[in-house]
Amino acid sequence: MSEIFGIPTQALFGQLLIGLINGSFYALLSLGLAVIFGLLNIINFAHGAQYMMGAFCAWFLLKKLGLSYWWALVLGPIIVGATGVVIERFMLSKLYKLDHLYGFLLTFGLALVIQGLFRHEFGSTGLPYAIPKSLEGGQNLGFMFLPNYRAWVIAASLTVCLGTWFMIEKTKLGSYLRAATENRELVQAFGINVPRMITLTYGFGVALGAFAGVMAAPIYSVSPLMGGDLIIVVFAVVVIGGMGSIMGSIVTGFVLGILEGLTKVFYPEASNIVIFVVMAIVLMIKPAGLFGTQR
Amino acid sequence: MKVLSKLCVAVALACGAAAAHAQYSDNVIKIGVLNDQSGTYADLAGPGSTVAARMAVEDFGAAKKGMKVEIVVADHQNKPEVGSSIARQWFDVDKVDVIVDVPTSSVMLAVNQIAKEKNKVLLDSTGGSSDLTGKACTPNSIHWTYDTWALANGTGSAVVKTGGNTWFFLTADYAFGHALEKDTEAVVLKNGGKVVGKVRHPFPSSDFSSFLLQAQSSKAKIIGLANAGADTISAIKQGAEFGIVKGGQQFAGLLVFITDVHALGLDKAQGLLLTESFYWDLNPQTRSFSQRFAKLHKGAMPTMAQAGVYSSVLHYLKAVEALKSDADGAKVVAKMKELPTDDPIFGKGSIRQDGRKLHPMYLFEVKKPAESKGAWDYYKLRSTIPANEAFRPEKDGGCPLVKS
Repeated sequence: MSEIFGIPTQALFGQLLIGLINGSFYALLSLGLAVIFGLLNIINFAHGAQYMMGAFCAWFLLKKLGLSYWWALVLGPIIVGATGVVIERFMLSKLYKLDHLYGFLLTFGLALVIQGLFRHEFGSTGLPYAIPKSLEGGQNLGFMFLPNYRAWVIAASLTVCLGTWFMIEKTKLGSYLRAATENRELVQAFGINVPRMITLTYGFGVALGAFAGVMAAPIYSVSPLMGGDLIIVVFAVVVIGGMGSIMGSIVTGFVLGILEGLTKVFYPEASNIVIFVVMAIVLMIKPAGLFGTQR
Repeated sequence: MKVLSKLCVAVALACGAAAAHAQYSDNVIKIGVLNDQSGTYADLAGPGSTVAARMAVEDFGAAKKGMKVEIVVADHQNKPEVGSSIARQWFDVDKVDVIVDVPTSSVMLAVNQIAKEKNKVLLDSTGGSSDLTGKACTPNSIHWTYDTWALANGTGSAVVKTGGNTWFFLTADYAFGHALEKDTEAVVLKNGGKVVGKVRHPFPSSDFSSFLLQAQSSKAKIIGLANAGADTISAIKQGAEFGIVKGGQQFAGLLVFITDVHALGLDKAQGLLLTESFYWDLNPQTRSFSQRFAKLHKGAMPTMAQAGVYSSVLHYLKAVEALKSDADGAKVVAKMKELPTDDPIFGKGSIRQDGRKLHPMYLFEVKKPAESKGAWDYYKLRSTIPANEAFRPEKDGGCPLVKS
């Protein structure tokens, strides 16, 4: 069997694929953050909590209403997105005139409150959520056993990520959004309801986080801490990609997932810091991030 | 998130006459429950341990005996530096006399040194590393509920004897994981098994897929999980997804608590072999204790860790009562070793010179969903390991307190 750096090529392929799966989550979450930061200039620290709420939503729908995973995939983001709309309308909208720091503090506080409430109610061990019947099992690819569900995660995440990118960069709606961030008054003068657009954008960003949460529910335990654990890494991904850059967050999400996967083979002990090492290096060379532009 | 060193409850108020005779430091016996209140290990110890400590104070009848007992709680976040600074603050400023529970071996070993330095007491129920009664033993600490040697001895040897002779370790990368891996590896080798590989994962981890893939390609028959709590749950759950068990490999959960089985669900956890020193449904005493506990703790049955907190606090209070003083930590611990232990949790037992509390350990198998009569009915007893075989022989630990 051929080897690369002492690791059999087959094992390496397997790890690359695993990295891609984890990258899917990084990409989805950092995309939501990038959309919100790019268009609202808010650093949404509650994103991890909203991701967790998505997972809990799936659990609730199944447990209390008997609605399957597929329903959760649609309803979860809508429900959690709606809570996002409420938060934007009644809290965040008051802060746009103030420094970034206030939005950051508000969302950080919200994240703590939400996580604390869920922890109080459900404990920290997590709740079981089964993989949907139709996606059980897996394929033997020769070099690894790929669970069907994980393959689905990659496909769904790629579709949603590219769809979002297309919508923001290539459609008329997207151009309104981008214009509104450049010059709010002017766009409003053209008769576009900018505040509503911004509210919906925040709701959409939050829904993306919740979508990732529903997708994560069958893989990880549905637990109040699942978002808090992940959000720091996702922020690093956003910073590396360049704050607010849509494509940047997608590409770096996937690339860093792979990088982390490889670290788990060569030096597992470092796998939880490798992303931060990359962040430090990138910030030294390109302070605006790989895909970002200086503002 | 911040250290919430909060006063939880003043359990008893001294009645005048009796209090005059007591010579407790600042007239109060202060018990500090130091554990993970919010993270990976919060369900298996956490607030439940506080409930258990409170029950012990109540059952001891401190109020009637004129002893004033207070319980304080703090969250060490599984970080040794946080745990150490709380312990120092408690001993130096808040006049805490004894620290109990302390999961996370790295924190346990740090607090152990501080308890010795300040001549206070550490009664560790949830920390795992067998070093606490080995090279790190002190006259001020007792290892109460279980340790890594006992787990390895229970689960490890049972698995090897039933044919699981090639092992791959998935190890949490800190003191506890290392100790559990080391102790289990010794048992595996002693019984004629072989270790074909190991990987150390960051603590805590949420994604195990990469490590599972490495375990899968090792072709080992047994994947030994030298981790605990949410880490173990994620590993088993994701293992099912990657077809580990279907592919003919098996997990050996080296430290599994009943809360973990509860979170996994029986269909994922069934058949798992595990070693514990306590299960709620062992006998009438454990059942009545556990049902009282569940009422106070959202219906959850106690883990062995929480039950151990109850048992250790009860015995501590007995020793303090006998000594009529809580001032000298080493003296209290010496008294605790002298008195036989007796409680509804572990029955009758004793404490060895090296600080090892002795009681039987049990090898359980997780029931199939069809065998379970309802929530929390999870374990079948496979065998009982008597107290004198359950723990590492005193002479092998290398504890300096043991005179040969």
